[in-house]
Amino acid sequence: MNGSPDESISIVVEREMRHPPEKIWRALTEPYLIGEWLMKSGDFRPVVGHGFGLVADWGAVDCRVETVEPNRSLSYSWDTKDLRSTVTWTLTPTDTGTLLRMEQEGFRPDQKSYYRGAQAAWPRFLAALDEVAARLE
Amino acid sequence: MIPQPSDILFKTLSDPTRRAIFERLCADGELTVGALTQESGVSQPAVSKHLRLLKQAGLVSDRHEGRQTHYSARPVALAPLIDWAAEMTRFWENRFDALEDLLDGMDQ
Repeated sequence: MNGSPDESISIVVEREMRHPPEKIWRALTEPYLIGEWLMKSGDFRPVVGHGFGLVADWGAVDCRVETVEPNRSLSYSWDTKDLRSTVTWTLTPTDTGTLLRMEQEGFRPDQKSYYRGAQAAWPRFLAALDEVAARLE
Repeated sequence: MIPQPSDILFKTLSDPTRRAIFERLCADGELTVGALTQESGVSQPAVSKHLRLLKQAGLVSDRHEGRQTHYSARPVALAPLIDWAAEMTRFWENRFDALEDLLDGMDQ
């Protein structure tokens, strides 16, 4: 994805963890540990371009590593039957541990022809959804 | 289970021109095809086609008055999209909980 972070926000979850980045990095990148909290993954490797799968009882996710910055950030594509998206993890050291941030940017597969044009405006639109939702109350 | 977004909503709103028309109706209230065409940069037949698709998705409603048709936005139709984003967020919140449990139990 080429957009700036501002353009690519669709879903963001952030949490302060009482653990150092190195420890969280292990949980994000060691297949056995990934299986303990996210989904089962036998073949993850933190290598750009490496393809891997995540499996749960409800289905599977196809992934490909896009960026790796040890102990700092990791991103991979996150594709399911109906959803094409990218998941980006960012680890920021704090006084008490780590601020862990997950951002998922998603697009539909049948949007390919619109993809370029939609890339800039779509997340802005998603961000505006909250306002629209508030008006519905 | 990861929720799947609503097909027709995503498909309809994936077109930038269509999205612009919808956003303009949200901002300006009821408008005719003519008024929508003036600032859209596309032809009136194209605007009409976009309006038809927006109406199919439930995002726009129309009201006939004499020879004019007035279009207005139905933001309530966005609810499934908002629900999807909320469910997806809940999925990740749960994964974060599990990650925190794992980290608490891990040696350094």
